[in-house]
Amino acid sequence: MALPPLDSPQWQTSFRAFFWGVRSVGSTILALVLFATYLGIGALAHDTGFSLAWTLASTVFVWAGPAQIILVSTLGSGATILQSAIAVTVSAIRLFPMVVSVLPMMRTPQTKRRHLILVAHLTAVTLWVECHRFLPQVPRERRIAFIQGLGCGLVFLSVVANTVGYLLAANLSQLFAAAILMLTPLAFLFSTARNCRELADGVALALGLALYPVATLLDSGLDILVSGVVAGSIAYGVHRLRAKAIA
Amino acid sequence: MSTFIGDWHALVVLFVAGVIPNQIWRMLGLWFGGGLDESSELLVWVRAVATAILAGVIAQIVVQPPGALASVPGVLRYGAVAAGFIAFMLSRKSIFAGVAVGEVILVGGQWWFG
Repeated sequence: MALPPLDSPQWQTSFRAFFWGVRSVGSTILALVLFATYLGIGALAHDTGFSLAWTLASTVFVWAGPAQIILVSTLGSGATILQSAIAVTVSAIRLFPMVVSVLPMMRTPQTKRRHLILVAHLTAVTLWVECHRFLPQVPRERRIAFIQGLGCGLVFLSVVANTVGYLLAANLSQLFAAAILMLTPLAFLFSTARNCRELADGVALALGLALYPVATLLDSGLDILVSGVVAGSIAYGVHRLRAKAIA
Repeated sequence: MSTFIGDWHALVVLFVAGVIPNQIWRMLGLWFGGGLDESSELLVWVRAVATAILAGVIAQIVVQPPGALASVPGVLRYGAVAAGFIAFMLSRKSIFAGVAVGEVILVGGQWWFG
């Protein structure tokens, strides 16, 4: 599906821009990955004994696949609320720079912070990747509405997938459930690899993967944070050294 | 209806352990994002750490798999990621090619050996 040209009357109202955002859900391959992932999260939540309302509320209010998988599996395995909260918050740190880097793409001088709250909430890895692809084709003053439409469309799709996965859970084969759970690491790895703009990002990704198993040996409960800060800081050091070498 | 909602205690736990610890980072991003220049050095470091943490989240699911994924042997899980990555690079960074090849290796391998 092609978006209308930048000067088209289709972009005259925010409502239409929102609608084009919703329609764009159909033209992204990541929507398919998202659908299957949330099918899997629905099934996982069912098998762990959570209610359907709980599952849907977690999708609408958390809106971050890994955080939801971590929340369900830690609570299900008998972790305390505090342990779960720490594991979730560590996995969510990535959302901070994502929001910081996405918002300038749609801000205008008239934009107030409250206009961006919904966009900030909808920001997750899928939206982050798609912003870079779609936004150059959307007039700047309509970008917030467009992204709200795209994000709400993706949430709606995920809620449907959640419900289907939850209801089918008992009939899903073990192999199918495993294949769906594997989608998250694969899709995250490749969409992050594609979004690496600077050397530091690529080094951080490779080192972050390599150092996590090392960090688990410490068994601190903060393994991801430890490997992430160490790998990220080394990557930043590489970036500085290279900047010096060029200068 | 009661089976739909389940027990209220679980919904409170959802907000305390899930929603708040997750949302806090988005709202901090919204708060600080206003003042940060996209090309600032601080943001390069923050993004590198965030990417490495995301890599850790990816590694965690593969190394310590949740639910049904735990029934797949480690060799197959690592092999699926490696094969997917090769396909991703060969296809000029197609996310779809990487995911599809990774899944085929995982499902095919498990079907063949399991």
